[in-house]
Amino acid sequence: MLFTPWSSQAASAVLDATCEKPGPVLISLQALQNEFGYVPKEAVEMVAKACNVSRADVHGVLTFYHDLRTSPPPKNSVRICVAEACQSVGSRKLVEDAEKVFGTQMEESNDDIELKPVYCLGNCALGPSAMVDGELIGRATANDLHHLVKAKS
Amino acid sequence: MSIRIYVPKDAAVRSIGADLVALAIEAESARRGLSIDIVRNGTRGALWLEPMVEVETNEGRVAYGPVTVADVDSLFDSSFHTGGRHKLSLGLTEDIAWLARQDRVTFARVGVIDPLSLADYQEHGGLVGLRRALTLQQEEIVTEVTQSGLRGRGGAGFPAGIKWRTVMATASDQKFICCNADEGDSGTFADRMLMEGDPFTLLEGMTIAGLAVGATEAVVYIRSEYPAAYATVNQAIKLARAFGWLGENVLGSGRAFNIRTRLGGGSYVCGEETAMLESIEGKRGVVRSKPPLPAIFGLFGKPTVINNVLTLATVPAILADGADAYMARGVGRSVGTQVFQLAGNIARGGIVETAFGVTLGELVNDFGAGTLSGLPLRAVQVGGPLGAYLPVSSLNVSMDYESLLAAGGMLGHGGVVVFDESVDMAQQAKFAMEFCAVESCGKCTPCRLGSTRGAETILKIMNGEDVQGNKKLLLDLCEVMTDGSLCAMGGLTPLPVRSAMLHFNEDFDRRARA
Repeated sequence: MLFTPWSSQAASAVLDATCEKPGPVLISLQALQNEFGYVPKEAVEMVAKACNVSRADVHGVLTFYHDLRTSPPPKNSVRICVAEACQSVGSRKLVEDAEKVFGTQMEESNDDIELKPVYCLGNCALGPSAMVDGELIGRATANDLHHLVKAKS
Repeated sequence: MSIRIYVPKDAAVRSIGADLVALAIEAESARRGLSIDIVRNGTRGALWLEPMVEVETNEGRVAYGPVTVADVDSLFDSSFHTGGRHKLSLGLTEDIAWLARQDRVTFARVGVIDPLSLADYQEHGGLVGLRRALTLQQEEIVTEVTQSGLRGRGGAGFPAGIKWRTVMATASDQKFICCNADEGDSGTFADRMLMEGDPFTLLEGMTIAGLAVGATEAVVYIRSEYPAAYATVNQAIKLARAFGWLGENVLGSGRAFNIRTRLGGGSYVCGEETAMLESIEGKRGVVRSKPPLPAIFGLFGKPTVINNVLTLATVPAILADGADAYMARGVGRSVGTQVFQLAGNIARGGIVETAFGVTLGELVNDFGAGTLSGLPLRAVQVGGPLGAYLPVSSLNVSMDYESLLAAGGMLGHGGVVVFDESVDMAQQAKFAMEFCAVESCGKCTPCRLGSTRGAETILKIMNGEDVQGNKKLLLDLCEVMTDGSLCAMGGLTPLPVRSAMLHFNEDFDRRARA
C-alpha cells in the first residue's frame, strides 16, 4: 500500500475535512492513518487543536483502538483469525506454521512484515481465515499466505 | 440476447477464488465468441457449495458448484451457459434441498439480486414496506412492528417495537437511528452477508424506523474487519440518495431521512450498544452505565433507536406482508425466523434462515452434515464467544431464546460453531478469559481484572496445580464477573467458561491425574 510521507501541512489538509464533523476525533485519526499509514505522536496535538479537545482525549482514543498505530506500517501485513470458529479448524496450527514460514512471531513487526491476530473476519464457515493487506483468504495455509505476500512485494 | 451468469461477490466467496472464476468465465466466453453478462450477486449462503455459479435459463436459475478456475473450460464444453449438464451441476438453485428447506424472510433477496441494482431490488419486492409505511401514522408503524413480535437480533432479544415506542414517545428536537453492524462474534457473518448481498433492505428498514420514531438522521456503525460491507453500504446510500429515497424528500413524501456510515476501530466491545455510541461520538469505546437507556439518552444525548442489522433488515418484510405473516412463524415468544450461521468445523457451513424452534441437532447434523474433519462432534458453541459450549447430549435443544436459556446457553446473534473431538475445552475456557482481557473496555473491575485472573487460574488448572482448589476459585470469580460487570462482555464471559467446566469437566481434571 502506498502512503503519503508524513508532513504537518498534509495532515492539516486531512484534518480540515474531518474536524467539523460530529464526534470528530476517531474519524480524524482514521483519516490520518489512511493518508500516512500511521498516526505519529506529533499528530496528537494537531488533532486536539483541530477538534477542540484535550491532548489526553486524543491520546486516549489513539491508544484504545486496535486498528490505530503510531509507527509506520511494514510493507505487508498478515492478520490471522484466532477466534473460536477458526480455532476449530486449526488456526492455532496456522499461526505456528505462519511464524515459521515468515520467520517472525505473532504481534512482532519489522519493516517488511507483521503477523497480527484478529478476532473474527466474518468468514467462519471457510476457516481458518486470514487477511493479507486487506484481502480476505479462506481455508488458509501458511504457504498460501507466504505466496500471496511474495506476489504482492 | 446475452446470457446472464451469476458469480458471487461476497467476501467469503472471494476468499476462496470467486474473482478468478469470474475472470476465467469472462475470458473463456470472449474466446468462444459468446455474449455473456456477469452479475456479481451476494451469496445464497450455502458456503460449502461456493464458489457457486448460476446461469439464467428459461426454466429458472441453474447452479454449478463448487467451481474452480480449472473447471471453467469443461463447463463451457458442457454448454453450462445454456444450462447443460456437468459434473458440478446442482440443478435448479431453488430445488437445492439445503436451500429449499429454509424459510427466507430477512435473507429473501440475498444471493438472488444484484446487490446494488435498485431495479432488481424493486422487482423482488423492495420498497413495498417503505411505501406502505409512508401511508401510516407513526403509531401505526410502531404497533405493526410490536405486533409482529420482532425481537432484537443482536443478542439481547429485546422486543423491537417496545424500544421504538420509547423513542417515539420521548420528545426531542433530534432523534437518531443507529444500526449496530459491529458483528464481532466469532461464528457469525449474517450481518456482513446481508450488507454485501442486499444492502438496500437495511437502508429500507432504517428509513421505516426513522419514520416510526420521528428521526431524520441515522448511522450505520460497521466494523473495520468488513471493508467490503462498508464499501457496499456506502455505495447503496449514494444510489438511494440519487434515486430520491434518502435525503430531504423520501420518495416524494416531504419527509427527510439521511444515513451515514461510521467505520469501527477494531474493538470488539464497540458492539456493546453504549460503547458503540461512544465510538460514533469519536471517543474511546467505553461502556456507559444504564440507565439512562439509549432510547432516552443515546447518541449525542438524543433519543436513539439502536438495532442490529438483521433486526432492521427484517422490518421491510413485516411492513410489506403484515405482522401476522411474520408472527405465524416460530415458537412461544420467539416468533418469526432466525438467521442461523453454521460455522467452524462443519461440513456444510453457511446461512440457514428458518423459523425459531429448529433443533440444534437439525442444524448441525441435517443441514451441517456433521464435522468437516469427519471426527466425532464434541462441542457446539452457540451465540458467539460469550455463548455456552454445549455437549452432544444437548443437540435436541430447540433453537429459540427461551429454550436455550433454559439449557444454560443463549442464542446471541445466532452463530453455531462446531468442534470435533480434538478440542481441549480447558484451552477454550482459557481463551474466553484471554479474549475478554484483550477486548475489555476497562471501565469495570470484574471484567478488567477478572478476565486476566481467570486466564491465569485456568492455566494453573491446565498445569495440574491444586486443580480442585483452583476450580472452586474460578467458579467464585465467574460469579463475581457475572453479577458485578457493567455489560455483557464481563457479564457473559463466564458462560463459556462455566459451561465448559460443567459439560467437559474431564478436560479440567485430566491434568491432576497426569
